Amino acid sequence: MGNHSDGSPNHSGTVATAGQNEVEKFQDPGLPPHRLRLADTDPVAAKRAERQVAILFGTSVIGTLVFLVAYFAIDLGDDTTIATIRTQNLLLGLGTAFAMLGIGTGIVHWAKALMPDHEVSEERHAIRTEEDRQAAVRIVDDIVEETGIKRRPLIRNTLLGAVALAPLPALAIFGDLGPRPDKALAHTMWAPDGDKLKRLTRDPDGTPIKASDVTIGSAFHVIPEGLNELHEGKLNEKAKAVVLLMRLDPNSLNPSKGRENWSYNGIVAYSKICTHVGCPVALYEQQTHHLLCPCHQSTFDLTQECKVIFGPASRPLPQLPIAVDAEGYLVATSDFREPVGPSYWERDEHERLINS
Amino acid sequence: MSASSTAEAPFVPKTKVGSFTNFVDERVGGSGILREFGRKVFPDHWSFMFGEVALYSFVILLMSGTFLTFFFDPSMAETHYQGSYTPLYNVEMSVAYNSSLNISFDVRGGLFMRQVHHWAALLFVASLGVHMLRVFFTGAFRKPREMNWVVGGVLLILAMAAGFTGYSLPDDLLSGNGLRIIDGVIKSIPVIGTYISFFLFGGEFPGTAIIGRLYVLHILLVPALILLMIVIHLFMVVVHKHTQYPGPGRNDGNVVGYPLGPVYAAKAGGFFFIVFGVLALMAAAFTINPIWNYGPYDPSPVSAGTQPDWYIGFVDGALRLMPGVVNNFHFEWIVFGHTLTLNVLLPALVPAGIIFTVLFTYPWIERWVTKDNREHHVLDRPRNAPTRTAIGVAGFTWYCVMWAAAGSDLIATHFHVSLNDVTYWLRTLFFIGPIIAFIVTKRIALALQRKDREIALHGRETGRIVRLPHGEFIEVHAPLDEYKRYKLVGFESPAPLPAQPNEHGVVTRKEKRRAALSKWFFEDRVAPATPAELEAAHAHGHHEAITSGEDQKSLSH
Repeated sequence: MGNHSDGSPNHSGTVATAGQNEVEKFQDPGLPPHRLRLADTDPVAAKRAERQVAILFGTSVIGTLVFLVAYFAIDLGDDTTIATIRTQNLLLGLGTAFAMLGIGTGIVHWAKALMPDHEVSEERHAIRTEEDRQAAVRIVDDIVEETGIKRRPLIRNTLLGAVALAPLPALAIFGDLGPRPDKALAHTMWAPDGDKLKRLTRDPDGTPIKASDVTIGSAFHVIPEGLNELHEGKLNEKAKAVVLLMRLDPNSLNPSKGRENWSYNGIVAYSKICTHVGCPVALYEQQTHHLLCPCHQSTFDLTQECKVIFGPASRPLPQLPIAVDAEGYLVATSDFREPVGPSYWERDEHERLINS
Repeated sequence: MSASSTAEAPFVPKTKVGSFTNFVDERVGGSGILREFGRKVFPDHWSFMFGEVALYSFVILLMSGTFLTFFFDPSMAETHYQGSYTPLYNVEMSVAYNSSLNISFDVRGGLFMRQVHHWAALLFVASLGVHMLRVFFTGAFRKPREMNWVVGGVLLILAMAAGFTGYSLPDDLLSGNGLRIIDGVIKSIPVIGTYISFFLFGGEFPGTAIIGRLYVLHILLVPALILLMIVIHLFMVVVHKHTQYPGPGRNDGNVVGYPLGPVYAAKAGGFFFIVFGVLALMAAAFTINPIWNYGPYDPSPVSAGTQPDWYIGFVDGALRLMPGVVNNFHFEWIVFGHTLTLNVLLPALVPAGIIFTVLFTYPWIERWVTKDNREHHVLDRPRNAPTRTAIGVAGFTWYCVMWAAAGSDLIATHFHVSLNDVTYWLRTLFFIGPIIAFIVTKRIALALQRKDREIALHGRETGRIVRLPHGEFIEVHAPLDEYKRYKLVGFESPAPLPAQPNEHGVVTRKEKRRAALSKWFFEDRVAPATPAELEAAHAHGHHEAITSGEDQKSLSH
C-alpha cells in the first residue's frame, strides 16, 4: 500500500501543498437518486406492512388491558407480601411497556415502510438580514430619542442607582433561613452535665456499657447517655456525638503527651464522624487496627491515635477521653477536645476556644 | 385553488369539524403556523435522537413526578412506621421516609411510578450528556449555534440539580449520607461555608428543614427553569433549522431531510412512546433505589459500597482521589487562624469547574483560533476535525477516570485487587489519562482520514484476487460511485493560520498565541482528495480499479 499512503506523515509533502481553497475540489453531485422500497412497488409487501402496523397497535391494546387487570385484580391489603407487590409492579410495568412500545413501534414502522421516504431539500434563509438590522437600529434610535434618556442624565443616573439598590432587600429577606452558626459546632452532648459525667451507651438502644463488656478486638457503636430521651434535635446531636469504642492491647496504643489517661485498659473511644466530609467511619479492621470510611476510603490507624494513613481525610479522628465510674460503666471525662466532623472555616478558632 | 378565487368569497366550512377548526383558525391564525411549519424539513440521523430522548424523558419525569407529589409528604417530623412492610414495622422515621415507603408498598402502582421516575431521571441526564457529546464531536456548536450550546450546558447542570434534589427526598440512609457529604463540602468553602450550611439546613446538620426545602426546589424551581431552557433551546432550533451530516446534495445553504408532516412527526412522535415503553420495561423488571433496604436516615450507620446516582459520581470520585496527606504534607491549612481544607475544596470545585468552564467557552475558543466567522450547518465527521475530537475524548477520559474513582471500592472488591492500588492507578490516570487519550484519538482520526483518501482515490477492496498475464497477483479495487466518493472528499481541512498584523501593522502577542494554538490545532492534517489526484491515481495506479468484466482487466497496471 506504500504508493497510496498519500497522507502519511513521512510523505506529508503530498498533502495540500497548495492552499486548501485553491485546489480544485470535487463537485457536489447532488442528492443520490431515490430508491424505491419493496412496499412502494409490491402491493403484497405494502399490505404486509399494513398488517404488521395493525398487529403492533393491537399489542398496545393488550398491554393496556394487562395493566388494568393487574391494577384491579391485585389488591394491596394489610397482609400484602413483597412478592405480591413485585408481581403487581412487574405486570403494571409490562402492561405499560407493551402499550407504549406497541404504539411507538407501530407508528415508526408505518412511517418507515408506508409513508413517502423521499428526502426533500429546503433552502436556509439568513437568520438576520441587513435590511432588518438597519430597521431595528432606526427603531431603537427612535425609542431612545423619545425617552430622552441621553439628554437627561439626572433621570438616567438616579434610575441606575435605584435599580442597583432595589435587589438588596430580596437578598436580606433570606436572612432567617437559618440561625448564625456561632459556637454550635464546637460542642457535643458529651460535655459533662455539671459534675455528672455522661455514660457511653450502645447505639441504638442506649444501654450503658461496662468496661468489662469490652473484650479485646471488639468494637461498639456508641451514643451518649440521654440522647434517646431528647425531644428535639436528636439527630443533630447524634450527628456530632456518635463514637466508636474499641479495645486493643494497651501496649499497642501509643498515647501522646496529655492523652495518657484518655483510655482505660486499652479501651479507646474515637469520633465516628469522618474528618473528611462527615460520613460515619463504620468499618473497623480488627487485625490491622484500621478504621475505614466507606464513603471515600479514608483510613485511620488506631495505634497512632487515628492518624490518617490513606485517603482524602487530612486530620486524625478526634479522641473522646474516657474513664470508668464507680459502678464500672464507661464515662466520658469531658467533651471532645476539638470540633468533630468535617473541617470548616472557624474550626481552628473553635479548637482554641475549647482548649482555653 | 387559485389565489384570486379564495380571496374573494369568504370561506364557508361544510362539516362540523371544519366549522370548529375554522372558528379557532380565524382567531389564532393556525393556517399561517401550519403553512410555515407543516412541511418544515428535518434531517434524519440516529445520532439526532439523543436530544429527543432527553426531551421525552423530561416529559415522563413531569408525568410520573406529578403522580408522586400526590402521595409524598416532605415533612421531617418523627413518626413510627405502621405500613405493610413488616421489617420496618414500628421503626422510628421521618414522615418523608414513611410516605416514600407508603408509595412503594401501599399505593397501587406507586412503586412502578417511583421506579419509572428514577429510571427516567437517570436516562434524562445520560441522554443530555450523550447529546452534548454528539454536538461537540460533530462541531454543531459552531456559528450560529454557540448560544444554544450554552443553553444545553445550563440544562445539563439543571438536570444534575434536579436529580440530586430528588434523590435526597425519601430521607433514607443512602441519600442522607449523600446530604452529609454535600454538607461537608459546603463547610469547606472559605469564609461563608459554615453560614451557607446553616442557612441551607436551617441550623445544624441534618435539622428538620432540608427535605422540605429540597422538595420546593425539586418540584417547582428547578423544573420550571428546565422547562424555560427547553423552550429557549427549541426556539433556537427552529430559528437555526437543524444541522445535517455532510453528504451529496447537502451544503450550508440547504437542509435535506423529511418533511415534518407526516414522516418526521410520525417518527418523532412514535419515538416518544418507544422511550416511554423502554422506561416502563426497566421500571417493571429492574429495581432502582430500593429505599426499604436502606432504612431511615440515621447519622450513625452507613453501608459499604455506597454510591451516588451516576451523574454525581465524577465529583464523588474526585473527592476520593484527592489525598489528604502526602508525605506529611497536609492539605488542610491554618490561614490566619482560620481553617482552609483544600483536600475537600479542591476536588469538589476544581475538576467540575474546569469541565464546565471549558464546555461553556469552547465554541469561542475554537472561533478565536480559526478566525472562522461563517455559519456552519453541515456537521463535521469527527475524524475530519482531529484536534477537536482529541480534545473531546481527552476531556471525556478525564471525566471517566473520576467517574470510575467513585466506584474504587467496588472495583477493588469485584476484581480482588487492593483498594489502595486502584486509587494509586486512578490518581495516575487522572493526570496522564487525558494526554494518552488525546494522542491516541488524534492518531486514529488522522488514520481514518487517510483511509478515506485511500478509498476515495483507489476504490474499495473487493476481495477478488486476480492473476495478471505475467504472473502478478493483484486485488481488484472497485471505484466508488460519485455519491459515496463525495461523502469521503467533501470536507474542509483548514491549514494553520499564521499570525497576522492588525490594522496598525503590529503582530500582537495575543495574535501570536492564537497562531501558536492554530498551529497546534491544524498542523497535522490530511487534505481531502482532489479530482486531479483521482486522475493521477487512475493513470499511474499500481493495481487499478476495475469495475467488472474481463475486458477491463487489461486496463490494470
